[in-house]
Amino acid sequence: MWQIAIVLIIYLPLVILTGHYLYRVTLQQKTWLDPLLDKVDTVIYKVCGIKRVDMTGKEYVLSLILSNAFMVFMGYIILRIQALLFLNPNNINNMEETLSFNTIISFMTNTNLQHYSGESGLSYLSQMLVIIFMMFTSAATGYAACMAFCRRLVAKTDTIGNFFIDFVRVITRILMPFSIVVAIILVSQGLPQTFSANKTVQTIEGKLQDIAIGPIASLESIKHIGTNGGGFNGANSTTPFENPTVLSNIVEMLSMMLLPGACVVAFSLMVSHRKKKAIFGKQGLAIFTAMSILFLAGLVTVYIAEKAGNPIISELGITQELGSMEGKEMRFGVAQSALFTTVTTAFTTGSINNMHDTLTPLGGLVPMFNMMLNVVFGGKGVGLMNMMMYVLLTIFIACLMIGRSPQFLGKKIEEKEMKLIALCILIHPAIILLFSALAVATPSGIAGITNPGAHGLSQVLYEFASASANNGSGFEGLADNSTFWNVTTGLAMFFGRYLTISIQLAIASLLAKKVWHSDSVGTLKTDNTTFTLLLVAIVLMIGALTFLPALALGPITEHLQLYS
Amino acid sequence: METVRKSFMTGIMLKSALIDALKKFSPIYMLKNPVMFVVEVGFLLVLLLVLFPNMFGNEDGEQARRLYNGIVATILFITILFANFAESIAEGRGKAQVQTLKKTKTVTQARVLLNDGSEILQQAHELKKGDIVLVQAGEVIPNDGEVIDGIATVDESAITGESAPVVKERGGDFSSVTGGTTVTSDWLMIEITSMPGESFLDKMITLIEGASRKKTPNEIALNTLLVSLTIIFLLVVVSLYPMTMYLNVSISIATLIALTVCLIPTTIGGLLSAIGIAGMDRVTQFNVIAMSGRAVEACGDVDTLILDKTGTITYGNRMAAEFLPVKGVKSKDLIQAAWLSSLTDDTPEGKSILSLACELGVNTDGEENIIKSSEHIPFTAQTRMSGLDKVDGTKVRKGAYDTIKKECMEAGHSIPANLEQLVQQVSSVGGTPLIVAVNDKILGVIYLKDVVKAGLKERFDQLRAMGIKTIMCTGDNPLTAAAIAKEAGVDSFIAESKPEDKIQVIKDEQALGKVVAMTGDGTNDAPALAQANVGLAMNSGTNAAKEAANMVDLDSNPTKIIEVVEIGKQLLMTRGALTTFSIANDIAKYFAIIPAMLMVAVPEMRALNIMNLNSPTSAIISALIFNAIIIPLLIPIAMRGVKYKPMSAAKLLNKNLLVYGIGGVIAPFIGIKIIDLLVGPLFRTVGL
Repeated sequence: MWQIAIVLIIYLPLVILTGHYLYRVTLQQKTWLDPLLDKVDTVIYKVCGIKRVDMTGKEYVLSLILSNAFMVFMGYIILRIQALLFLNPNNINNMEETLSFNTIISFMTNTNLQHYSGESGLSYLSQMLVIIFMMFTSAATGYAACMAFCRRLVAKTDTIGNFFIDFVRVITRILMPFSIVVAIILVSQGLPQTFSANKTVQTIEGKLQDIAIGPIASLESIKHIGTNGGGFNGANSTTPFENPTVLSNIVEMLSMMLLPGACVVAFSLMVSHRKKKAIFGKQGLAIFTAMSILFLAGLVTVYIAEKAGNPIISELGITQELGSMEGKEMRFGVAQSALFTTVTTAFTTGSINNMHDTLTPLGGLVPMFNMMLNVVFGGKGVGLMNMMMYVLLTIFIACLMIGRSPQFLGKKIEEKEMKLIALCILIHPAIILLFSALAVATPSGIAGITNPGAHGLSQVLYEFASASANNGSGFEGLADNSTFWNVTTGLAMFFGRYLTISIQLAIASLLAKKVWHSDSVGTLKTDNTTFTLLLVAIVLMIGALTFLPALALGPITEHLQLYS
Repeated sequence: METVRKSFMTGIMLKSALIDALKKFSPIYMLKNPVMFVVEVGFLLVLLLVLFPNMFGNEDGEQARRLYNGIVATILFITILFANFAESIAEGRGKAQVQTLKKTKTVTQARVLLNDGSEILQQAHELKKGDIVLVQAGEVIPNDGEVIDGIATVDESAITGESAPVVKERGGDFSSVTGGTTVTSDWLMIEITSMPGESFLDKMITLIEGASRKKTPNEIALNTLLVSLTIIFLLVVVSLYPMTMYLNVSISIATLIALTVCLIPTTIGGLLSAIGIAGMDRVTQFNVIAMSGRAVEACGDVDTLILDKTGTITYGNRMAAEFLPVKGVKSKDLIQAAWLSSLTDDTPEGKSILSLACELGVNTDGEENIIKSSEHIPFTAQTRMSGLDKVDGTKVRKGAYDTIKKECMEAGHSIPANLEQLVQQVSSVGGTPLIVAVNDKILGVIYLKDVVKAGLKERFDQLRAMGIKTIMCTGDNPLTAAAIAKEAGVDSFIAESKPEDKIQVIKDEQALGKVVAMTGDGTNDAPALAQANVGLAMNSGTNAAKEAANMVDLDSNPTKIIEVVEIGKQLLMTRGALTTFSIANDIAKYFAIIPAMLMVAVPEMRALNIMNLNSPTSAIISALIFNAIIIPLLIPIAMRGVKYKPMSAAKLLNKNLLVYGIGGVIAPFIGIKIIDLLVGPLFRTVGL
């Protein structure tokens, strides 16, 4: 328990500090890296021909999508011809069509769902030019979108900020410096960072074993800083070369928690910018608290469920003092694993340090649930935007209850906004449930399911929840490298990302153009405890009730059967 | 509330509402309400299953299936019926009102004056804008218009319900007349100002009839939310089917439909339109005609109320409160002079001086004689004084400070030393000083008091708690204005304000992001009424003001704006509360239906049957019955709105969350359990 507590205690000051830094970067205020980075940025703007003009919401989304499309196109080509290119010491073949489609969407959407194993499926060039590159750009895209969103909520104009400038600044000022620091810490813990080929060693049994190495530390740092989650190796952060020690484990967890939480702080500071010297800002604190409540509820559930162990193993006469250790690393144990599991799904990173497939049914329900809600901090930037949809919905209902027409930050929420908010909230469950239904109704879908009954359904639900939430972790056990699974999850990731972001920015644009109304005693307070609790309740009512029947058939049935 | 109860009691109304409710089953009509439309589709599907139980695959126990499907279909039918019934009841009350109004609109003959001076008789509905008509005592005014000649009393009770006749004359603020009202004395020459079929009465009828009732912006937004919730839950059920197939759990179609209907927000979906109609109706009950639902909703958002002092905050007339003699003059002499000066004064102020003087024991000897023999000097805007000249040549005057002072100085008298001080004294407490002089010699001051309407201070305190700021507009000087403002408890005031100042105040407030409401009656109020977010015009006011405003108060009581604001809030609150209640209900319904559905295939699901319901069938049916009967149970709340006491937003939210949120979670647990206790044994006996 204390291991968990320590991580969370270290997290709080870190997230506040980073939030302040993010706020300064977002509003283009002075930071101490400016003297150096301003020059770098200017060079980049010049080379790319980026002009410093403000964009409308529409232009912003368009720039975002087009630039992403371009990167998808380039990345796809590299994956398809990687065997012909350089930096391929392990002689890896070109990637298959549907798998390339899936992989490229997966990394561009910040999902990092991997239907391949890095060590056998990608050349070093692909790892760096496609995987690591996209880990930076997809994270930057997400945060740029979030910056555009927050700015529009606060500003009184829709023409504000430039996508390309935001994009460059996020990479140079946030992602690069942070991941360099993290990479160095990780190297100190023993992560390899090399271009040399895999080592082949003779084991004690006298057999030969390939040991996969490569530029791992650099990937590992951005993988967590950018809430990406795709591992260098198939087994992700369970392997000693990706996550060797408890310290590296903590660093990786903090890395993924850092920026999504800081986004909330930055937003909060933007809202309360009139009051100088706010440490957190009340608005953000309310949202942060709501997220934390959901996070802690999940964490406690996983921890208790895993600590209780598996009753069937107990019946066999095996003591489970350590809890259920199936699929967990001895060096992490239940506490570090439970925390990692909750963090990676709540912050929708998707890296894993234990096998989620072998979690107890309730333990496995939590990561699934986190991804189904997709608002418990969530991915970098986009998590906040998703939560804001629920915030707006809560405001809508709460405002009616006090007899005011709904209003947030002085902007009225009317029919058009409500339509888009509703649509946005609808997309996520629609993708998960419909694709899951499709998977269990078609032979090609069922072919991938490796467990019978309720657990099989859990695998399917998990996969699509992970894809749609742009998380990327797998329940594994699913034979997912098939045309059906590559295409369906590819589409799920695509819609889950771009449809949502476009709609969210459209909502922000609509709000930005609205007449501003002032607040009074009569208007709804959106920054107090009542609101926080109501927000949590609404998230659970709408988000959770939607998935309850499916969860009842999957993990809940499994749990009840296990304990009967 | 009284009327609501009455309407529930009348059998005829109930019957016509029921027939109406049945008519609304038409799918074309139902499409307007997507939530209930889904229920209807579900109902038709289950109905098919009653007739052909094996339509979706062969299931054993055909008879039992059929019975089960039959029960589900019946409950679904009743659910829709209840929802339609709620709407019909809401509409019914409006309809009754329309009937009375339409009676007013009986065929009237109008005497149209032609250019050559001749008269022809024409049907009222054939009148065009610009026609000149002559209406004599006992005749009904054929259409809305402006008085261009004549003076008469008009009985407006057909529209306002107020039986005391009103004087109408050419020019000023009392020149507009409304079609359907009756001239009770003398005659009026009227220029018709509205096109046939567009009169105030016509507008009122269409408004109440609800034929032109458009959904308000907020209603549409809420409807969007409800539709998307419906879609989400449809997706849930649609995707559930293949999943259960995959797991070899068999669930009947009727059960899936029952689950859908329980989960989608039928409670609020069924009551939403009734809430809207009833809300508008409440405004009408208050004798206020809202030109659109949007206006009523906007009322809920009002931040700033701009109120005229005279007539709204204070009674229209000032009352004499005290006589203040100047130094060297006996109080008795002043009172006597004041009494004399007001003997022929018919204004309310004059009358109040007389009654105060009498109270203080004035010598009223020879009153009739004096009135008869003296020359009356009426008040005019030029002289700004009034009084009388007695036969003996004594000039008794009362009037404004500067006028009397001037007269006095011109006559060569000295101004009493403490006059200035007395005037100040009266002004500083918000009073109006009237100076009394006999033969241009100043005797003292009459203190005319502006009387603030009773209970207003408390009202303004409540408004403040609700976050509404009040601004008083008055033509008085700043000193007087400040005193009245303090007494009435308004937040701020604008003294010496001209009508155009009002617009500026409204614009300034709007620039600060406030929603502004105001009342007005005069023509020069029209631009301000149009500029304000909510403009309430008085029915006694000019047509221009009524056109510009988005609400008209038939009783011409400006204070009513406060009630209208409350009704607007109540309307939104009712929607919010019932939406919350509806969504919160889902938790219990899940706990009833999910274990029941899966218990056959997964016996361990019994653990989730926390309500300990009798059997799966009974659980599902109980949830469905609860879902249906909650609609009529909530009709009274939908009709009269949730209880509302002015308080701060935070308190209000907590209170409503407790009642409708937490209550909404708990109520169905209890309700479903009770229904299960009743129907459970019944099902066992019929073998379900």
